[in-house]
Amino acid sequence: MQYESPDTLEAAAKLLASATDARILAGGTDLLVQMRAEVLSPSLVIDIKKVTETRTIKEENGGFRIGAAVTGAELKEHPKLRSVWPGLVEAANLIGSTQVQGRCTMGGNLCNGSPAADSVPALIAAGAVATVVGPNGRRDIKVEDVMLAPRKLALTKGEIIASFFLPARGAHASDAYLRFIPRTEMDIAVVGCAVSLALDASGTCTAARMSLGAVAARPLLVADAAKALIGSKIDDAALTKLEAAARAACTPIDDKRGTKEFRIDVAGVLAKRTALIALERARKK
Amino acid sequence: MQERVKSPKFDIIGTRPIRPDGADKVTGRAKFGADHKIAGQLVGKVLRSPHPHARIKSINIAKALALAGVKAVVTREDFKEQSPEFIPAGEMLVNYRDVLRNVLAREKVLYEGHAVAAVAATSETIARQALKLIEVAYEVLPHVINEVEAMKPGAPIVEDGMITAGVTPPPTTPSNVAKRVEFTLGDVAKGFKDADVIIEREFNTKPVHQGYIEPHACVASVSEDGTAELWTTTQGHWIARAHCAKLLGWDITKLRVTSSEIGGGFGGKTVVYMEPLALALSQKSHRPVKMVMSREEVFRASGPTSGANIWVKIGAKKDGRIVAGEAILKYQAGCFQGSPVQPGCMCAFAPYDLENVKVVGYDVLSNRPKVAAYRAPGGPISEYAVESVVDELAATLKIDPIELRLKNAAKEGTKAAYGPKFGPVGLVECLEAAKNSPHWKAPLGKNQGRGMASGFWFNIGGETTVSLQLNEDGTLTLMVGTPDIGGLRASLAMMAAEELKVPYAKVRPIIADTSSLGYNFLTGGSRATFSSGMATVEAARSIIKQASGRAAKLWEIPEDAVSFENGEFRPAGDNAGKHKPMTLADIAKVAGKTGGSIVGYAAISAQGAAPSFGVHIADTEVDPETGKLTVTRYTAIQDAGKAIHPSYVEGQFQGGAAQGIGWALSEEYIYGADGKLQNAGFLDYRIPVASDLPMLDTIIIEVPNPRHPYGVRGIGETPIIPPMAAIAAAACKATGVRMFELPMSPPKVLKAMKDAKAGKKA
Repeated sequence: MQYESPDTLEAAAKLLASATDARILAGGTDLLVQMRAEVLSPSLVIDIKKVTETRTIKEENGGFRIGAAVTGAELKEHPKLRSVWPGLVEAANLIGSTQVQGRCTMGGNLCNGSPAADSVPALIAAGAVATVVGPNGRRDIKVEDVMLAPRKLALTKGEIIASFFLPARGAHASDAYLRFIPRTEMDIAVVGCAVSLALDASGTCTAARMSLGAVAARPLLVADAAKALIGSKIDDAALTKLEAAARAACTPIDDKRGTKEFRIDVAGVLAKRTALIALERARKK
Repeated sequence: MQERVKSPKFDIIGTRPIRPDGADKVTGRAKFGADHKIAGQLVGKVLRSPHPHARIKSINIAKALALAGVKAVVTREDFKEQSPEFIPAGEMLVNYRDVLRNVLAREKVLYEGHAVAAVAATSETIARQALKLIEVAYEVLPHVINEVEAMKPGAPIVEDGMITAGVTPPPTTPSNVAKRVEFTLGDVAKGFKDADVIIEREFNTKPVHQGYIEPHACVASVSEDGTAELWTTTQGHWIARAHCAKLLGWDITKLRVTSSEIGGGFGGKTVVYMEPLALALSQKSHRPVKMVMSREEVFRASGPTSGANIWVKIGAKKDGRIVAGEAILKYQAGCFQGSPVQPGCMCAFAPYDLENVKVVGYDVLSNRPKVAAYRAPGGPISEYAVESVVDELAATLKIDPIELRLKNAAKEGTKAAYGPKFGPVGLVECLEAAKNSPHWKAPLGKNQGRGMASGFWFNIGGETTVSLQLNEDGTLTLMVGTPDIGGLRASLAMMAAEELKVPYAKVRPIIADTSSLGYNFLTGGSRATFSSGMATVEAARSIIKQASGRAAKLWEIPEDAVSFENGEFRPAGDNAGKHKPMTLADIAKVAGKTGGSIVGYAAISAQGAAPSFGVHIADTEVDPETGKLTVTRYTAIQDAGKAIHPSYVEGQFQGGAAQGIGWALSEEYIYGADGKLQNAGFLDYRIPVASDLPMLDTIIIEVPNPRHPYGVRGIGETPIIPPMAAIAAAACKATGVRMFELPMSPPKVLKAMKDAKAGKKA
């Protein structure tokens, strides 16, 4: 096995395109585990942590640009990010244990290609856009369009996620993420739900996005959920519509982590609970 | 050395000194199974079956052997056949025909993960490559996983030609039922006729793994003269020695086994898996061989305990007096016979003083890994079912569940359904303590419920040898042969120090290897503190006797004219003359001149083990929208006889409760239709993490065991018995729904709550 740690993403992309079984190493919290379990045996591992742009958080056009290899712990420690995007930071901080938080990244969480990834619904709800570097240059892609199916991404050969852009937030806007796990930590989402919303001065919802994880082959952006909330005061009637929209969007499977019926039920429950947390936070801003 | 002054109470027993093995464990210096290294060692790896059931047509190792760096390969051809012969191992019986086949498959592979071949190579990478080069031709056979399915006519037969034992006349056709057992007391039909209320329920439980954090690991080194050393993580190195010598056809004396520090066993490390393979590979390769299981291998190919189907029927009078109890237990054995169904039957109704009991058990094979002992093997399953029905009985009769149990509690003189009459036992004391506990009286919050259950376990004694050496400076070295899983060394050093009236720190206990001490049965059956404690006391008393002899010699008086009081040897009375008292250290100093080294040795078969009863109280809270149950408060109460080191007794109570909470709520083996295990890892095999548990409170009850010098009862196993029923009872109060299946995972609880709601509407 060959290990490379280039200084630029352009060089990394060239390397990635050069071998059929090359893998990108960011935090390694999925890759190294899969290598040890012999699920993957790449001939080339490309570490992108030496590339500055993957490791930095910066403010850009009123929003934030977060490097793909920024760790969960770094997101949490950022002075401003946590107050603007509490739901996203909370979701990323649910990955693994405290030790894993020192290594795990949102780029890796997305590119690992699991429908149950915690930070992905939060990125989708936030309206995050991924900047991708490939052999043919850079392009932007909405996070909800990156994952196609389990372990299958919309990235082409040699493409690497460089960073995520989170748009500017107005007043009275916030987000939240909840997941259902049978334990209290160290677990994987049976259902994950992220809601991001904005209110006007009167408390009426002016913008909303909801994303569900682990209830379909890929994390979902639930368009009907936005319809349920926008224009409402997020009252019981709106929440009932939201719950129904969440349940209607689910196409889960029965597996070792939960039944289809359970996932659909819980998606509705989490949708309401998450929306209420986001609402509470938005009102305080 | 300042000798202790005798006090009317114990000086050391009942205190909480730091464990002798503590410093090395918290600083990472302690050597566990995988920490042992020998220069030149090879890496051993096991090739495992991808099929749950298949006939092995051929194994071709030529390509693997040809790979550079591969030093040896072993297959079924390297081991001689063993005849069926049952011998006790822990609280289970083993059969060498089956032990051999579990170590390495012969005619068939019987579960996914069954060992088929093993390689030794110069690196892990080469060993893994070699495994891929071994060609095994399988004829895949239909498989059966569930015990009820396995009992049906026409089910795939796991062991060709198996005829059920314990049935007269013997069946003429083979089946997967290895054995039928029955325990009867009185006449249940008559009892049920007298009953005012009868409750009859069926329960299902899933296999759960012991979940020790340290995977199986060993290093084997076979010398050119045929002698061998084995370092392994085990609950019984004499048992490991016996099994390995038997499978390899060696003289026992040629094999020296050293047990490492052990990172949890819970019964699961009473079995050999890789040890015979490592020895055979070492013999073939002429190099030391180290083998370490991955977590996935631990799940697929070691442990767990049985899953089961249980039917229970209990009849009672209106006043709560139970008049009859009946149960049928169907326990999974895994792919070889020997589930713990017999002890399951024996303890099912043990907490009750009953006149009419009938329990029938079936030992059922299926295409799963062979079950291994797990903390009170068999008990948690049957007692969960019985205690759950007793809880329902209490609810039906509108009697407090503790009062109902007090009305029927087993006590001294009660004849247990499995035979013996109980001596002094502490169930009533535990129930009273539960009733009077702050927990039982505390108010409950919204969506919360409280339940309780009792538990019983037999406990055992058995063969035990210790050696206690009085060193020349008056300190002592205690050599013990029962591996220390839960604070044993501390407890034994305390007993030796108490007897000899020396400070605890002056006694250094070690776990000796199999060539340094006489035979020791394994650490299991909650026997180690009881049996090794008894032997330690005997060895300490032998030292006092020998030291008295030395004083007598020096003083030129008869030995019986020397007394040992307040830590000093003195002339027994004025008639014996005036001599300056001597401490043990004084005598140690002159031991060489008065007859040589003083060593206390005790080789005993410890008799008089006494059962331990426990009562647990659990509060649970349900999230009514997701069905998730959380244990919000927990108290474990148990009769310890005498708590030598209360912290380690409490630790056992808490550990058993934590494992029981996992069993109740989240742990299970999940199989697909393909007969393969789907959750061979800690992510999806859900052991509770620390944040899942409340503080586990404990209350130690002490009803001394009259057969032990300090009143000790075994306490390690009983704590895993009550949790499942206590939590089920609490969950019933919290949810309004009674569950009859473990684990009570959120999808099941939510569905049961929804169904109950729909039923009410309809």
